[in-house]
Amino acid sequence: MNIDSIQNGIVIDHIRSGGAMQLYQLLGLDSLDCPVAIIKNAPSDKMGRKDIIKIDSAQPLNLDVLGFVDPDATINVIRDCALVEKKHAGLPERIRDVLRCRNPRCITSVEPDLPQVFQLANRETKTYRCIYCEAKAEK
Amino acid sequence: MRHLIDIRDLSEREIADLLDLADDIVANREAYREVCKYKKLATLFFEPSTRTRLSFEAAMYELGGQVLGFSEAASSSASKGESVADTIRVVGCYADIIAMRHPKEGAPMVGAMHSTVPIINAGDGGHNHPTQTLTDLMTIRREKGRLSDFTIGLCGDLKFGRTVHSLIAALSRYENVKFVLISPEELKVPSYIKKDILAEQGLPYVQTTELTDVMPQLDVLYMTRVQRERFFNEEDYLRLKDSYILTPEKLRGAKADLTILHPLPRVNEIDTAIDADPRACYFRQALNGKFVRMALIMTLLGLTKEGQA
Repeated sequence: MNIDSIQNGIVIDHIRSGGAMQLYQLLGLDSLDCPVAIIKNAPSDKMGRKDIIKIDSAQPLNLDVLGFVDPDATINVIRDCALVEKKHAGLPERIRDVLRCRNPRCITSVEPDLPQVFQLANRETKTYRCIYCEAKAEK
Repeated sequence: MRHLIDIRDLSEREIADLLDLADDIVANREAYREVCKYKKLATLFFEPSTRTRLSFEAAMYELGGQVLGFSEAASSSASKGESVADTIRVVGCYADIIAMRHPKEGAPMVGAMHSTVPIINAGDGGHNHPTQTLTDLMTIRREKGRLSDFTIGLCGDLKFGRTVHSLIAALSRYENVKFVLISPEELKVPSYIKKDILAEQGLPYVQTTELTDVMPQLDVLYMTRVQRERFFNEEDYLRLKDSYILTPEKLRGAKADLTILHPLPRVNEIDTAIDADPRACYFRQALNGKFVRMALIMTLLGLTKEGQA
């Protein structure tokens, strides 16, 4: 299977197998009008199988949620067809407007125009909590 | 501007200052009669709570201030669909300080994000209730003379009981406080409290379903009500509501200087026969609630006995 190399954009590699569609949704990639390729179950020496997402756009993307959903994924930044930066997603201090709080008693369930913000509560357990009600973020 | 949304917003020093001020108010009530003259407190109770609201109102009146507000969402603009943010922006035009209770967790934080006057969280769903915690801390300190070196048993609904969660968070900062968590399996303390507060700080705690077994160890016993409004299912409520009732028989093995607390209202979880026991401190605790709220209102408004701070 051949997928064209991208000129300027991002390749998210080493996504755990089966995780690409969830990331596609959470990263809001459906709203982009550039070419986006999702490769599922690609063979991997390290992981056995992995997913990959290629985004052919120099437009900046908010990738904060990546560290929460799949901290082992790698981000490869491509400029003029060359790899210029390779990094792990890492855990951001805050994740904004990507996840929704699932606590039905949380104020975010009724208050209009309220940003959905989750704060890193425990780096070791990678736990994020809603800043309003402290409910645990769920993937 | 300072708000009080979560008891963890206050440092140990600030809590000590508030409790010192509350003690001084108890000792010199006349001196505080006009401290809040010409100031207005808005009590915005989107969920009914007679005791907490009356305590805030009594506190403000006793400081010489005035009170406005509503006691249920139906009599507020929230029933017309107004957001918390807009309600707070408007009320801030009329009042100098706001005490707010809301059934949704995090609502007072949203209020604070949009407020031009100090906001006090008077309870948000099953989440936080910091002024109850200040009341509890004041009572323990007045009864025991300290906030360290004791064993506290927390009994009843430890899952939904916000007063318990706030109290654990507050007491976790003091030296050598041991926690005994007494509840039915279904109403145990949420795992995040155990993991993020107790285990994280290496604090000693025991979980049990039997109140009588642990009674002799306790210096403080904090009873809670199994609250009907926190259950989604009526059957679960009826099955568990009578689980932990304190009776004179259960108190037989208790220490002579045990301090029995309850945030009130009580339904039947403390037998009325215990009310006359000198160890029953829950009505003194309710009185302390007014004094500590007086201290908090003064502090957030930047007022002292002598006037502006």
